Amino acid sequence: VHMSVRGFRMVCDDPLYVIAFWHGLANATLTAVGCILIGFPIAFAIARSPVRRRNLYVLLAILPFWTSFLLRAYAWMGLIRDSGPINALLLSVGLVHKPIAILYTPTAVLLVMIYSYLPFFVLPMYAVLEKLPADLLAAASDLGARPAYVFRTITLPLSMPGIVSGAILVFVPAVGEYVIPELVGNSGTMMIGGILWDEFFQNRDWPLAAAIALVTFGLLMVPALLLRRRLAQLGTTSL
Amino acid sequence: MKDPQQRPWQVFALVLGFAFLYTPIVWIIYFSFSGDLPGGNASHISLHWYRALLENAELGEAAYRSLVLALISSPIAAVLGTFAGIGLARLERFPGRSIMIALLAIPIFAPEILLGFAFLILFASAQSLTGWPLGKGMLTLVIAHATLGAPIVASVVFARVSGRDRSLEDAARDLGARPLRVLATVTVPLAAPGILSGWLLAMTLSFDDVVTSSFLAGPENTTLPMAIFSGLRVGLDPQINAVGTLMVVGVAVIVGISFVTARIGAWTSGRRRTPPSGEC
Repeated sequence: VHMSVRGFRMVCDDPLYVIAFWHGLANATLTAVGCILIGFPIAFAIARSPVRRRNLYVLLAILPFWTSFLLRAYAWMGLIRDSGPINALLLSVGLVHKPIAILYTPTAVLLVMIYSYLPFFVLPMYAVLEKLPADLLAAASDLGARPAYVFRTITLPLSMPGIVSGAILVFVPAVGEYVIPELVGNSGTMMIGGILWDEFFQNRDWPLAAAIALVTFGLLMVPALLLRRRLAQLGTTSL
Repeated sequence: MKDPQQRPWQVFALVLGFAFLYTPIVWIIYFSFSGDLPGGNASHISLHWYRALLENAELGEAAYRSLVLALISSPIAAVLGTFAGIGLARLERFPGRSIMIALLAIPIFAPEILLGFAFLILFASAQSLTGWPLGKGMLTLVIAHATLGAPIVASVVFARVSGRDRSLEDAARDLGARPLRVLATVTVPLAAPGILSGWLLAMTLSFDDVVTSSFLAGPENTTLPMAIFSGLRVGLDPQINAVGTLMVVGVAVIVGISFVTARIGAWTSGRRRTPPSGEC
């Protein structure tokens, strides 16, 4: 067997790979932020709903995750097309005068990614919010704290571990996402997953693909695993 | 516990959130029954795309292959994962236990493309060293899907078993049951709901997998997600709506079954899943 570091040198030197890696990171960051902004209110509302209805709501929140992820991406392709229902709605309301291009843009990638990864955030978030001590919140409001103040000083700090572990669960797989950018993005949204796929399937450059995979794994999984371990030691997250 | 007071914005968040989650699914079902192309008006209800689907031998074969793959790989994953989950939960002084628990998470949240590629390199090097496995095909797919499913089963089983105290197992042992008998008659039955839901998860993941399978399937082993994916890269195909509707129905049936069995499991173990509402 012949050893060489050619693959690693190319990964570090060629801007193509560095840019694709940054694209992946940026997109995953935005996806995680989107999941927090949309998922937190959902998880919070489920956790504050009547006890007997919570299981049903949780089931409803994870059901889409059980249907094929490809089909949901496909459904979005139909919804956001130039002649799709969303553009038809915008046109009929008069918000726009000609259809806006969403499909095959970075916006589409972000939208479908947030949609697909949302259950991964809502579940751990709900698990943390449900255990929030209700008497603590009641005590604060009895003592005259306004809801916004209670949220800022009690709810948010106590739910931070849930936000972090949910965000990791979204961020890490999102960095390497290949299918969604391939389906609803364009050539400008090429990310590290797509590069790896092309090096392997089109250029058949296995050593280079392996170098990309290893660098991604090292930069991504090792910090994520350590962070999860730290959270687990704090006793705030289940697997 | 008293139910917390629900504020209007919370209802609003729930309605909006669920609308966001379900709009695409409703859309797929709606347009699968439309007689026109998905751009036009759905002017009349028709089974046109279902008929076209029935005649599509390629998709049918891929669906059959995916079903077989899920049905073979998920029980393997369930058995392996059950052993791992119970072992990790009960062998508390096993060396390297905490590292193994942390490693369980890797296949669950690592980017799929890394896993698929890793499997391929593994199989390729195994083949060049030992001559086995002979190329890519159903065998490599089954091995990979079972391997990816096992940690999922393991973590569900682990959560269920480690959350319970050992009193029942201790009682069985005190009454003279041998370890294997304790495992078979106490530990495994108590973990059964976890095993079942982990198994179902492994099955859906196998049935839905496109990235890992693309690395490991030979040209004659296209799975349903791979066939759908290559179709979608070309453009929109209304037949996919019909496939999607059938899959949504299938998933609804599976989830319904698991929901009912979970209820039955809760009854038979003498516990209610939720406390009676509004009493304490």
